[in-house]
Amino acid sequence: MFDSSALLRQRFAGLRSTADVFSLRHVQQSLQSLSVRRNVAEPPFFSQDQGAMLTVRIQGVEAYAATADLSLAGLQRALEQAEAMARQIAHLALLDLRAQPVACERHDYCSPNLDQPLPPLADCLALLAAESASVPRDRRLVNWQASLGISQVEQVYLNSVGAELRHAQRFLFPGFSVTASDGQDSQSRSLGRENFGQQGGLEVVERCGLVGGGARVADEALQLLLAPNTPSGVRDLLLMPDQMMLQIHESIGHPLEMDRILGDERNYAGTSFVQASDFGQLRYGSKLLNVTFDPSIPEELASYSHDDDGTPARKQFLIRDGLLLRPLGGALSQYRSGLEGVANSRACGWNRAPIDRMANLNIEPGDQSLDQLVGGIEHGILMRTNRSWSIDDARNKFQFGCEWGQLIENGELKGVVKNPNYRGISSGFWRNLSAVGDRSTHQVLGTPNCGKGEPNQVVRVGHASPACVFSQIDVFGGDA
Amino acid sequence: MAATPLQRFEDLLGALRDARRTDEQFTLGYSAEQSQFIRFNHARVRQAGSVSQASALLRLVSEGRQAELQFTLGDDPQVDRERLNQALAQLRQTLPLLAADPYLQLDESAWQSRNLLQQPLPDCRQVLAQVQQGAGELDLVGIYAAGPICRGFASSFGAFGWHQANSFNFDWSLFHANGQAVKANYAGQSWSSEAFAARLRQAREQLDYLGRPLRVLNPGRYRAYLAPAALEEITGLLCWGGFSAQSLATGDSPLQRLYSGDAQLSPLLNIDEQVSGSLSPAFSDEGSPRNDLRLIGAGRPLERLASARSAAEFKLQANGADSHESPSALSLGAGDLASGDVLARLGTGLYISNLWYLNYSDLPAARMTGLTRFATFWVEDGQIQAPVSTMRFDDSLYSLLGSQLEALTQERELMLSTSTYGQRQTGSSHLPGALVRGLMLTL
Repeated sequence: MFDSSALLRQRFAGLRSTADVFSLRHVQQSLQSLSVRRNVAEPPFFSQDQGAMLTVRIQGVEAYAATADLSLAGLQRALEQAEAMARQIAHLALLDLRAQPVACERHDYCSPNLDQPLPPLADCLALLAAESASVPRDRRLVNWQASLGISQVEQVYLNSVGAELRHAQRFLFPGFSVTASDGQDSQSRSLGRENFGQQGGLEVVERCGLVGGGARVADEALQLLLAPNTPSGVRDLLLMPDQMMLQIHESIGHPLEMDRILGDERNYAGTSFVQASDFGQLRYGSKLLNVTFDPSIPEELASYSHDDDGTPARKQFLIRDGLLLRPLGGALSQYRSGLEGVANSRACGWNRAPIDRMANLNIEPGDQSLDQLVGGIEHGILMRTNRSWSIDDARNKFQFGCEWGQLIENGELKGVVKNPNYRGISSGFWRNLSAVGDRSTHQVLGTPNCGKGEPNQVVRVGHASPACVFSQIDVFGGDA
Repeated sequence: MAATPLQRFEDLLGALRDARRTDEQFTLGYSAEQSQFIRFNHARVRQAGSVSQASALLRLVSEGRQAELQFTLGDDPQVDRERLNQALAQLRQTLPLLAADPYLQLDESAWQSRNLLQQPLPDCRQVLAQVQQGAGELDLVGIYAAGPICRGFASSFGAFGWHQANSFNFDWSLFHANGQAVKANYAGQSWSSEAFAARLRQAREQLDYLGRPLRVLNPGRYRAYLAPAALEEITGLLCWGGFSAQSLATGDSPLQRLYSGDAQLSPLLNIDEQVSGSLSPAFSDEGSPRNDLRLIGAGRPLERLASARSAAEFKLQANGADSHESPSALSLGAGDLASGDVLARLGTGLYISNLWYLNYSDLPAARMTGLTRFATFWVEDGQIQAPVSTMRFDDSLYSLLGSQLEALTQERELMLSTSTYGQRQTGSSHLPGALVRGLMLTL
């Protein structure tokens, strides 16, 4: 672990710069991607990536240069490129950062169970093949796939005022999906994939439910193919954690990103219906809504000790009892806005600069079991597992779809329905939060695919949530 | 003198040929860029820097087994050869652990392709000066990305492809004080100060309309004109699996009812994968020469994009598609509506410049949802009346580009991808605008 640290430290010490402050962020990532589709192993894919970003601050103006040439000469060249860029843009720079504090801590952070080796590749493939083979023979089952992605990341951040922050993390992304088709309609059911990932070791695969899950997923795909369409109308909506994560992500996470509120993302990812003046004032949801930025749940995807600018990370309430308190804004956004934020300045790799990102954004558990949540609904629907998401650029008008729907009548779960969709407006939706599940309904989930930024970046984000009930939501199905 | 990217690729290829064993075959992909990225907010520089990166994708094949490894190159021939050897060693350890791959199909032709477009790019000081001069008092936000992009491919069968182009892509929006915005883009290979100034001027002119009081619409069906950039969002969503041979064979394509003959699109619709003349490499990531393909002709399905793997699995003919089987140079044929007549022909309805965040409400039915974004106007009697508040649509493709499609414009726009996920992308689309009789707005 941290094998490259000593050499990086030595080379960093050898760099010469006229900058007021400069830093080096070295990232080394490996990926192993395995998949068995329709009982045939796909060619394994591996990647090995490493490089460094040099960032300088000259008279309050910052610029960067990213390079994969890690020799002293290569790093020095990148440093000088960054210096030249900072001077070129100085007359047009948006920000004067002369008074912004610089990180100075030294700390190491590791994923849980990082020292435990994972099974060899052949055993991983055998596990996936066994799940694939568990899908019953049925001509309507036209596609199925078992997959496992394993990513290991080591990052070392050094700066000219003495900070040294090292992260060693391992992420696992198990998944299984099945598509059933009758030639006209197709229905898919899945577990894991884009809706699940955690830090750790083999225990992540166990927690996902992949082992032994294939036959159930196939059966549910067939049930969906035979199910009626979701009826249109207003109902109470019970969202399970694997849809709650998407709901949190799109209609709380993105609107609370401070760089969006400051306008940086208006050309691409968008803006926000939330204003800077709303913090401490806006009733975002009902009194049952408690939202935290929480980097301290070890297995959650975006748990870390410091963000990529070196700010120490700790749990903070963004929304408490429904009241909006603080944004997802890292040190730079806090400096720009004057608001207290969190340590969420993150980059997807060595070739992209940190910006405000979601990290672990969670809903705190309430006090009701799943039976109580269902029992409290007279006319409703349960939805699980996101499959479609669309929201406006201010993160307000949304429409989301799930794989699995089940009607609820008079406090009881009824039949399965297909194509469950719902729509609403973020600014009012969370005020309809009428019940929050307890720890027994709570799951730690996350996705590897959160896109944002110019140039574009994809990062891993974690979402932990209980099941939740929203009253009087516009629900509808598909065309067939 | 430092080695050129082509020399680096050839050096790596030479080392790989030397290391290859007699029972091994390989393909070697190469991807590199040297990019300047300058982000703007409020017409000032929010974030700026440069990225120099290169990577190789090695596929090793032996005794019917295959595996791939992508590795970053370090800009040092010795380091790169060491990484190549490490990659080879890892793949050689992996292959014996695998079962023979029944869908392994290699292109054994020794095709050759070279394409170098090396027009000089503007100095970033020139770009900054033009932005300052042209947009100094405006609220401009966006990104300027520029620099050379290289893609290479070689195989142990003797195939060799090289694609290198200097390009820039300035993608920006102008915001009115009321929060409304207009989006613009200037991209290509040869920077013209006059052309950039003209694009900026056009965008400024639209800002005037955005200052009018906002029109709030009720849900319902509206006559609408979709400008090429709006249509690009629809075709972009379709490109995710729509024409993919694998997706069509496994129930995961939104166009499965079209290809099975159970649904039709408008006879006005012709869609091609037009690789020739585009900025995309003339070879696929799998190492096959890419063909121009007619995907939809007069609203009826024709070709599907079949990679070598899909061809083997579903007993089709491979046609040079990338492994993910998405079009990268989509071309939608022009119609007979002159752009100057769009407002008059629209009469009363919506002029939609851009759409945003599309996804499926019902994938097998090709029913999609998304939102208006940037300059969307309410038009009455052929005159722009007011900007329109953000609205959601939810409609079937078989309606929008089927029964409800009234006309396509004579003029088309070539839009170069602004995507920079992982690396600057080379995709493009060439599209007209579309006049539709009815677009269903739901929220």
